[in-house]
Amino acid sequence: MRAAGRSALIPYVTAGFPSRARSLEALQMVADEGADFVEVGVPFSDPLADGPVIQRASHHALQQGMTTAGVLELVAEAALPVPVILFSYLNPILRYGVDRFLRDARAVGADGLLLTDLPGGADPGLEETLRRGPLDLIRLVAPTTSPGRLVGLLASADGFVYLIARLGVTGARTPVTAELARSVAAIRARSSLPIAVGFGIDSGEQARAVAGLADGVVVGTALVRRLADGVPAARALVGELRRALDAVAVA
Amino acid sequence: MLIAEPMPTTGRFGPFGGRYVPETLVAALEDLATTYDAVRDDTGFQAELGGLLREYVGRPTPLSEAPRLSEAAGCRVLLKREDLAHTGAHKINNTLGQILLARRMGKHRIIAETGAGQHGVATATACARYGLACVVYMGADDMERQRLNVYRMELLGATVVPVTAGTRTLKDATNEALRDWVTNVVTTHYVLGSVVGPDPFPRLVRDFQAVIGREARAQVLDRVARLPDEVVACVGGGSNAMGIFAGFLDAPAVRLIGVEAAGEGLASGRHAASLAAGRPGVLHGSLSYLLQSEDGQVLGAHSVSAGLDYPGVGPEHAFLKESGRATYAAVSDTDALAAFETLARLEGIVPALEPAHAVAWVLAQAAGRQGDEVVVLNVSGRGDKDVAHVAALSGATR
Repeated sequence: MRAAGRSALIPYVTAGFPSRARSLEALQMVADEGADFVEVGVPFSDPLADGPVIQRASHHALQQGMTTAGVLELVAEAALPVPVILFSYLNPILRYGVDRFLRDARAVGADGLLLTDLPGGADPGLEETLRRGPLDLIRLVAPTTSPGRLVGLLASADGFVYLIARLGVTGARTPVTAELARSVAAIRARSSLPIAVGFGIDSGEQARAVAGLADGVVVGTALVRRLADGVPAARALVGELRRALDAVAVA
Repeated sequence: MLIAEPMPTTGRFGPFGGRYVPETLVAALEDLATTYDAVRDDTGFQAELGGLLREYVGRPTPLSEAPRLSEAAGCRVLLKREDLAHTGAHKINNTLGQILLARRMGKHRIIAETGAGQHGVATATACARYGLACVVYMGADDMERQRLNVYRMELLGATVVPVTAGTRTLKDATNEALRDWVTNVVTTHYVLGSVVGPDPFPRLVRDFQAVIGREARAQVLDRVARLPDEVVACVGGGSNAMGIFAGFLDAPAVRLIGVEAAGEGLASGRHAASLAAGRPGVLHGSLSYLLQSEDGQVLGAHSVSAGLDYPGVGPEHAFLKESGRATYAAVSDTDALAAFETLARLEGIVPALEPAHAVAWVLAQAAGRQGDEVVVLNVSGRGDKDVAHVAALSGATR
């Protein structure tokens, strides 16, 4: 993430929203516009960590027939030139079969996996299987993660650390406080993994503020909201974010 | 077969249970588990809760003889009368316990989900008693069919938030409550209403409801000088069933029967029988039986009873099913509605539609009974909330 010498831009796209074709177009667009990684959301019926925008996108994608296998086909077809991280709730992966999922995801070119409802230590056996597999297991760190817990989480993290900027669901508008800087410092003190920050970042200005602290910025809700208006609207946002991040001097 | 470990205190029941939640909630669950483990043996806490259950809830609830129902059922049926607890259902046992916990943790804002509204009413009641702010999430469709309970919650000072996402019932109300908790976790305690959700909720709610089983066991021993042959309770999430089962888990000769909602029939796909027709999966923080599609998407449940209308079930029930310690059956909307009326006519007790499922199951076993069998049936709540809904369904203005 740091190798590029700039702050990483990590857009999130719900597979199948607003349609399969548009989400394929969106994946290619974000790569064209300078994304360093792409997060591909596997839609789930009960996305309890998501706010209304991604809830509706997931619901819509499922209604149009998107499936876990369909997400993998989409990733294969997109053939993106940047690393792909699959962002999912646990149940669709369990149902698909964990080993089969890891194998198939790798076969279509995915690099990482982020599971919203599998916090570190929740299921040691499953976590061991995931870490032995071919995908990086990306860990989420929250503002409420205790220092004691952080040590164990970081020891079992691969790729980069995804730091949740604020309490709340995706798209939350609660204020980012000085706590974010403290969280970043706490992670830096214990790990050399790069840090990406997400949840509620929706403008170049905010991205710039966060990029001053972290190594990368995740943008989900704001992008999904623009995608509802079409790929050109979303392209404008991604371009704005890229320019904002490029303006930040990287230490 | 799994090795049965009655009343486990860790977060797992065999392979089931766990704490599958967003990272943001882990600290709050750890805090809750620590506080709870501390009060389990704290005589001050237990005395305070015991006093509330006695003086405020009206416990112990009676174990009523049911002579005319017994005649119809071909055995001696004893009714555990949770319908006579304050607020009209067993839910108050749990909400008072959790409100005392919330006070110990310094949480001054309370949230809850509700299906039929009984848990919402019980939470609003406990909050009123202690002067805590209360927000209840309820599916918009459930608000429609349980209007009386919506008014009761508002009367008690709670804010009822309609949930219009997804199925507009209990499943999505629970999602919304969890989203609130993720956002406000520092100030807020989530009073989960059943033996579902992430650890420590399934064991904590079971323990608060275990008062039903303790009382029932003592009462039945006192009445017939032996343990019952069978204990029957309805199962949605499964808190009233776990509560009464808890009193008999260590007595293998006592058959434990949980009755799920078969809705319009298991074959119709429109039901809420997670144990009968679901497969293990993760929803709302725990691994248990779940109604889900081939693709791992959670399916909508259906039941005439809003309190059973849930696609998951408590992980300890999943464990008791697999270990064989409990047996689970399912009863249709039609049979439950008939039993609702039967209990009213035979015993002068109008049950909630949820325990009407358990009544229907007991009635259906009549032909195979030996007359000297003793069956304890948990009447988990009273049916006042359902009267208007049932009247509308039967098209009757009798």
